[in-house]
Order: sequence, then C-alpha cells, then structure tokens
Amino acid sequence: MKVIIDRDRCQGHGVCESEAPEVFSVSKQGVLDILDDAPAEDLRGQVEQAVRFCPTGALRIEED
Amino acid sequence: MTTTTTRREPPLVSGGTEPHGHLDELREDPIGLMWRVRRECGDVGRFHLAGRDVVLLTGAGANEVFFRAPEEVLDQAEAYPFMKPIFGEGVVFDAPPERRREMLHNQALRDKFMRGHASTIAAEVEAMVGQWSDEGTIDLLDFFAELTIYTSSACLIGKRFRHQLDRRFAALYHDLERGTDALAYVDPYADIESFVRRDAARLGLVELVQQIIDRRLQAGAPPEDERDLLDVLMSIRDEDGSPRFSTDMVTGMFISMMFAGHHTTSGTAAWTLIELLRHPEVMEAVVAELDGLYAQGEEVSYQALRDIPVLESAVKEALRLHPPLILVLRVAKEPLEVQGFHILPGQLVGASPAVSNRLPEDFPRHDEFLPERYFEPRAEDRANPWTWIPFGAGRHRCVGAPFAMMQLKAIFSVLLRSWEFALAQPYDSYRNDHSKMVVQLRQPCAARYRRRKIP
Repeated sequence: MKVIIDRDRCQGHGVCESEAPEVFSVSKQGVLDILDDAPAEDLRGQVEQAVRFCPTGALRIEED
Repeated sequence: MTTTTTRREPPLVSGGTEPHGHLDELREDPIGLMWRVRRECGDVGRFHLAGRDVVLLTGAGANEVFFRAPEEVLDQAEAYPFMKPIFGEGVVFDAPPERRREMLHNQALRDKFMRGHASTIAAEVEAMVGQWSDEGTIDLLDFFAELTIYTSSACLIGKRFRHQLDRRFAALYHDLERGTDALAYVDPYADIESFVRRDAARLGLVELVQQIIDRRLQAGAPPEDERDLLDVLMSIRDEDGSPRFSTDMVTGMFISMMFAGHHTTSGTAAWTLIELLRHPEVMEAVVAELDGLYAQGEEVSYQALRDIPVLESAVKEALRLHPPLILVLRVAKEPLEVQGFHILPGQLVGASPAVSNRLPEDFPRHDEFLPERYFEPRAEDRANPWTWIPFGAGRHRCVGAPFAMMQLKAIFSVLLRSWEFALAQPYDSYRNDHSKMVVQLRQPCAARYRRRKIP
C-alpha cells in the first residue's frame, strides 16, 4: 500500500498524526511529512483511520 | 497565416437590466439567481454586480478548479468589501494558506485543545438552559446566537473575557452581522439603516471592550495561568511604554476571530434542531444514540470528540440543505480558463454551496433531508469532495470545521438528553433571511422546550 497526500487540501490539522504516528508527522508550522509512504501491512488499520478522519480528505491509499 | 483563438466569455444570465445589474436580485433572491445562472449557462455562467462581472462556477469540475486555485490566481482578500467596516482598519480579512496553517497550529484550534473546548462549550450550554423553567419558548436565532457568542469568546479569547460579557455583546454583534448588505459592492458606507446600525454596533463593542480593559487595569494583572488573550494583548507595549494595540484594534481582532465561527455555527445548530423536529423518526434515533453513548456516565468533553454517527449525519444534512454561506467569492488575479471559458483579471469568481450541495446528479433526492446518505458505504460527503461544500473545499476549506462539528455535537449532547423540543410555528415558516450576505434565520423562529421526563 502507498499513501498519497493531496497538498492542495492538507491544512495540517494533525489528525493523521494522532491516528498513525509512525506514518505521519506534522511540523510546528503545520506541514505534513509522510515518514513512511509505503507502510507495512500491519499499519493498515491505523492508516485507514487516518484517511477516514482527515478533516480535509487530503489522504488516500493506493494499492500496489 | 495566423490562427486566432477566440476568447470565449462565460455566458451572461438573463435579467439584470437595472443600473447595478443583478445586485437587487442578489439582495432579494440570491439562491434563485444562482440556480438560474446554472440553468441558463451551465457550469460556468456570469452575472453583473454593480459594474463588475461575477463568474459563477457550479458542478464538481468547475468547483475543483475554483478550490484548487492558488492565491496568485484567485484571491480572497479583496472579494468581500462588506467585511472591512466590520473588522476595521488594519485587521486582515484573510491570510495565505501557509500563514493559516501556522495560525491553526499556534492557536486555539489545534487538535490538542479540543477536549478543553468541548468541556467549556458543554458548560456554556448548561449555563444557558440553567435559566430555563420546566417549559417555555425560545427564539432559535436569539438563543443560538447568544450561546455561540459565549462559546466562541470562551474558546478563542478566553474564559476570563467571556465572563465579562453579557447579552449586550451578542446584540451588538448581531447588528454587525446584519450590516452585510451586498450594496457594499457599490458603497460599503452607503446611507442605509443596516450600515448605520453596523457602524454604531462596532463603536458599541469598542466601548464594551474598553470598559473591560479599564476594569482589568484597575484590578491589576491576574495570575499567569488565568491570563487570556486580552491580558496578553494589553501587556504588549511599544518602546515608549504605550500600549501597542488600541482598543479599536483589539476589538477588531476579536470581531474577526469570532466572525467565521459565529453565525455559521449558530445557524447550523438552529437548522439541525428544526430539521430534527420536522423528522421525528430521525430525532428519535439521535436521542436513542445519545442515551446509549452517555449511559455509562461519559463526559460530554470526551464523547463530543468521538463518533456520534447519527447526530453527525443529521448535522451534515442540515449543513447541506442550509449552508451558512451560500456564495463564496474570489477576485481573479490572473487569466484563468474553466471548461473552455476565459476568466479575466479583475472579475469576481464565485462558487455556491447553496447550489452545489443540492445538485441532483451528486445527491439523489437532493431536496430531502436524508441523514442516511452519509452512512457507509454511500458517504456522500466524502464521495463528492468538490460539491459537498458547506465548509468550502481545498486549500481554503474552513479550518474551523472540526471545531464546529465538535461544538455542535457538544451542544446537542447537552440539549437533547435533558430537554424535549417542539416547533412553535408551522413547519415551513422557518426560512433563512437572504437579504444580507451573512445569512440568518428569519424571525420569528420560535421553538418550545420542556424538561425531559427520563423514563
């Protein structure tokens, strides 16, 4: 699985960071950094939550 | 031989033969005008507003271009001349997305503050209903407008400031919101009643803030952990020791901080309640859901941050049918092409939540209140990111949306578990007043309440 971010939509709320801290990190300036854009399968649940609860719908998962 | 490409101008909607074009229609029936633009012109149409062109975009494709466009192409700052007399000189209407992102992270809207806000909001609702008898009647606009003055001031400025406010602040703030007549596109200081009242209300608010400042100066600085934003602003001084910010500027900052979240949340709370009362089966499901979630004695501050799916879907549906902003605007700074039509620098460009939220191609049974459209797998809000747009979309999407949803969940968690409501007027007498750019419920909009008998 690959995590795709739409930068036009991300506002840096940081919900993804709370859901999947190993995959997402939001800086003090509110810029999202994807720590692992091809996360391991055991993180799938967390990443799916991050995608689902992103307040701006800026994230999606692309299957390999 | 050269080929010339003809610039295709977006088609112009019918009507608008008056001196200010379609201004009067925009002030009387804006939603009717915008639907006619779509019907006659399609996704890209045009109307005249006081000597300017407004290119109105509707539909997913055109909306996506609108919401993705960077500042350099579609600028928000100059699009709302009616806001300047409200905020005052020196208060920016909008910041670029990078700065907004920083503000979000440095400010009260950060995710980590949400739980404290939820508890503050629940306490404010409790305080308001604490003044109720066992049964009575409220005006929905007055009630929710006053409540949201207290919640937004407490969360965004601080509890100390909130507790120095009373109903007078809410009444003056309401006059400010009423001072958003689209006539401002001709002259923001035209001699009409709503503008006169607007300017008097702003002076009245400055006076109230001055009284609060005077009281604080007399009382001396509070302990560090009780300081709120006003204390901080009062403490900032220039090199010569004089206060950096005048009371007028401080008031302007507070007005602008509270503006986006006030009438919007207030109106959405009222419309959610109205729609729930019009649809008793949904109300029953929401109350059952809340009773279940709070059965173990959970705090509202905990639950309001979590899923309350039926209530949330009812709020979303109220937002879709009655979006607090019916037209969002930008000014074109560079030429832009949308579906083969050319938009020129200087033209206003608009997107309409009121129209897009009800497009029949995206929302089956588009005029009906159907909260189940948000249930999985339909999830019609996420399925239509460019047309389900009560909060806008893209880079300018309302940064307060998560706060607003939490606030609405907290409000109804308190109201619906302890009180029963009934409409006090005929079902279809509840309407929005569209004569101002800030949409509000038309009064009277009464509802009855009665203390709930817990079985």
